[in-house]
Amino acid sequence: MSDPKQFVEIRHAQKSFGDLEVLKDISLTVERGQIVGIIGSSGSGKSTLLRAINDLDPLTGGEVWLDGTQVNKKLPHRQYEAHINAMRQQVGMVFQHFNLFPHMTARENVIMAPMLLKGISREEADRLAEEQLDKVGMLERIDYYPTQLSGGQKQRVAIARALAMKPKLMLFDEATSALDPELVEEVNLVMKKLAEEDMTMIIVTHEMDFAASVCDRVLFMDQGVVVEEGPPSVLFKTPTQDRTRAFLRKHLEGAA
Amino acid sequence: MDIELMLKVYPFFLDAAWVTILLSVLTAILGLICGTLGAAARLSRFALLRFLGVAYVSLFRGTPALIQLFILYFGGPQIGIQLDAFEAGVIGLGINAGAYMTETIRGAIIAIDKGQREAARTLGLSSWQSTYKVILPQAARLMVRPLGVNLNMLIKATALVAAISVIELTYTAQRYIGSTYKPFEMFLLAGVLYMIIIYATGRGVAWLDRKVRIT
Amino acid sequence: MGLDFSIVPKYMDIILLGVGWTVGITFAAALLSFVGGVLFAVTALYAPWIVRQPFRLIEWVFMGTPLLLQLFLIYFGLVQIGIDLPAFVAGIIGLGLHFAVYNSELIQTAILAVDKGQMEAARTLGLSRGQALRKVVVPQAVRAVIPPIGNNMIALLKDSALVSVIGVSELTLSAQRVIGKTYRPFEFYIVAAAFYYVINLCMEWVQRKIERRISISR
Repeated sequence: MSDPKQFVEIRHAQKSFGDLEVLKDISLTVERGQIVGIIGSSGSGKSTLLRAINDLDPLTGGEVWLDGTQVNKKLPHRQYEAHINAMRQQVGMVFQHFNLFPHMTARENVIMAPMLLKGISREEADRLAEEQLDKVGMLERIDYYPTQLSGGQKQRVAIARALAMKPKLMLFDEATSALDPELVEEVNLVMKKLAEEDMTMIIVTHEMDFAASVCDRVLFMDQGVVVEEGPPSVLFKTPTQDRTRAFLRKHLEGAA
Repeated sequence: MDIELMLKVYPFFLDAAWVTILLSVLTAILGLICGTLGAAARLSRFALLRFLGVAYVSLFRGTPALIQLFILYFGGPQIGIQLDAFEAGVIGLGINAGAYMTETIRGAIIAIDKGQREAARTLGLSSWQSTYKVILPQAARLMVRPLGVNLNMLIKATALVAAISVIELTYTAQRYIGSTYKPFEMFLLAGVLYMIIIYATGRGVAWLDRKVRIT
Repeated sequence: MGLDFSIVPKYMDIILLGVGWTVGITFAAALLSFVGGVLFAVTALYAPWIVRQPFRLIEWVFMGTPLLLQLFLIYFGLVQIGIDLPAFVAGIIGLGLHFAVYNSELIQTAILAVDKGQMEAARTLGLSRGQALRKVVVPQAVRAVIPPIGNNMIALLKDSALVSVIGVSELTLSAQRVIGKTYRPFEFYIVAAAFYYVINLCMEWVQRKIERRISISR
């Protein structure tokens, strides 16, 4: 937190597909070590915003900065590719549908990128795989293929894969949405553990309880804008906007 | 490229193309007959027929068509079958194509059979009525495209009869390559004609497929 | 003239030598067709337009004309431009290229069918597009096409009989040579067919083994 600049900074993010504007001038900062939750109904632009941070869905306007470097710099194609690959190595991402590589074991999923991109030795890579898979409680399944794992186990391996690149920032795109209800908790536990280790995290989720328990700040998005943001204790208990209240009423039934 | 030579010999290639077309048509008809019988045998209630169906498909798909052709044409006389090269070509290739078509036809019937037969039988239709009224009309639509693939392969397989000296496109190309030493030019002449035949057939199959497809 | 299989053993050495050549040619051409298929597929999908288009034309010609005709072109064409290769090399090249085109079709479809989340996940880790293709997308596509490629390889075995026409002494031509001496076409073509059938069964067996092994990592 000695860094004078903000750790993650999004300035006037704008994104449209043809006539459809999915992000309308969003600005947002995240401090190092902060955990930010993004909630909102599907089509609100929350996943698009998250995917813009590592340029999976490039913005049509605005800037994304990470730790003092602009992610979506304007560069000639070749240079841009090298730049974005380097940036992405610093940003871990976890997907709704895991996207584990089915032709590789859990171990191989974890070590492939570090070996290829950081040139670490096989022994080092194996140690790394054991360390990371142990962290997510998947050490016993280290040589299993994704088809032999449950959804929750797959997602934990996917988290280990992202962590093995030693990212500065972790992005979670509905990491538990595709899971059977009884498997959600094991993944949530891993994410909580990460939060306690001061990892900077941006979490797109539809689980209000989880957002309330781990996030420092929660943003509510609707129709491409951030309608309201604040600490979960405030946003969930005393929202100021009608749209937020309507959304929470639908999603908090019985919970709060 | 020797255009002059190509212009000089192309009428012979045109004549040969008609032989290829005639061969293809006759082979396709025989193949369809064999394929239908083969599929019926493979789906029969009788174990012996099923076995014969399996043996037919396995043996004819498991050995080279060229060898089958040689057995029929050169070996036939030894067991009292005397055929000229063209007849042997049609019969040999037709029986061979039938083995592939058996699997296509059977595949389409099985694909439809699953839920549809149960539905038909619940309505009170007999097994034969279900097959005739419900399964086959749908399966026939489903098999147009894969049979089109069989047909495409079959047209190219007619080139094999060049090896028993039927004067079709490939034989003609071979003969002119031998006498003119212009392999590329002769390939071009024969190749273009093959591609026209195959393209036209493909369009025909696509047209039929669109026509019978249930949207 | 009746049938008499009793003379078969006498010529078995010639036939077996032919079997050896058939297996060798099939194996070499299969290898060529597989490597070629992957290269063709990646070229057809990702090469610049100027490379892709002539390439598509060549693919189209290979798929639209009979293998036998292609073999004549390659065998006599190479001689014409001054490359005098042994017939069996021309045969392997012809068979290999022909089936590479068919394999390429399968691999292209399979590459396009790999879930786009796979590319995203690889790119998110910092892999370049080329690295992601090489490490993630193509290996999966190759696994997905192994069963249909297996079918192509079995078809290749049977089509290897065609190289007898350009004078390669494989199984079919060996049978023909023996027939030239014995005037017993039926017997020796049946023997040749039986050998093809057995090799075919072996290939199917291997194919099933491989399929079972890869089914877990897909």
